[in-house]
Amino acid sequence: MNSNFKIFLKGIIDVSPLMIPVVPFGLIFGILAIDIGFTPLATMGMSLIIFGGASQIVLLQLFSGGASSLVIISSVGAVNSRHLLYGAVVSEHVSDLKLFWKIIISYFLIDQAFARSNEYFKKSNDKNKYFHLIGGGVTCWVIWQTTTFLGIILGSAIPEKLGLSFAVPLTFLALLVNDFRKMINLIVIIISGLVATFGYNYIPYKAYVIVAAFAGLFTAMILTKIIKKYE
Amino acid sequence: MSDWALIIYCGLITFLTRFLMIALLKKEMFNDRIREVLSYVPSAIFPAIIFPAIFLDNNGLIHLENNPKILAAIIAMGVGIFSRNILATIFSGLASYWFLIFVV
Repeated sequence: MNSNFKIFLKGIIDVSPLMIPVVPFGLIFGILAIDIGFTPLATMGMSLIIFGGASQIVLLQLFSGGASSLVIISSVGAVNSRHLLYGAVVSEHVSDLKLFWKIIISYFLIDQAFARSNEYFKKSNDKNKYFHLIGGGVTCWVIWQTTTFLGIILGSAIPEKLGLSFAVPLTFLALLVNDFRKMINLIVIIISGLVATFGYNYIPYKAYVIVAAFAGLFTAMILTKIIKKYE
Repeated sequence: MSDWALIIYCGLITFLTRFLMIALLKKEMFNDRIREVLSYVPSAIFPAIIFPAIFLDNNGLIHLENNPKILAAIIAMGVGIFSRNILATIFSGLASYWFLIFVV
């Protein structure tokens, strides 16, 4: 078997446990979009063009609340600003690639694929290790498009009472299972979470995500420095 | 602005945030210190999505009393810490959430 294809498959396998919560998330998105009044075609268009769960949900939330286009676009940008950090982490591993591959990788640089491929990139020295991220990204892409489509068709057949949207924070929680055991990580997690929760209403344009992230990173910077001093 | 224009602009800005750093940063810009701090990126970002989704209600107000999501998230976290298994974490969280809202 071609080794690139093997890495691609490994990406699919590594990301698949994270895909189960994507199913209700995609369904919810499809249902909500139709409910708010987008056409089925525009709803599919969102999943194909934007391809980002959090961005699309923010778009729906603000659109239904009557926000202006400028506010919607800048909020989507703010929610997405975390990708700048993912890009910074991943760029080291893909900096020798051609522009074409960088564009492909960027389109597929989603939370789940980033989390799993970041772990893989640290361990692997293969120059084609980026196929891992493409494998994870393509897997999520297929599931996201399919479930959006099903959501559009199923409409209100799924009861809201099930609280399936809770699967979203649970997915992110599951991505941190290895970090809860480490002291610095735990402190960073708590700081970022508190800043986001208390800043949610006060930080404009939904920028609480990136403000909290920088508060967390700043904490990590200081704590790692202090620990070095005493080593 | 038409719906389609809005969707395309949101798509563009999403793509740009993903592409910008990959396009601009070069390997030589990284040293061990930067790598060390960047290794905390998941711990710094994911809680910003997790905490508000658990502790805030639909109106963005802090909701601590009778909030089944808090207990469900703690159970999921406990299962995650001991099992180190992603699926077990997610399912234990959803199962305890459903148990709390439908059974208790």
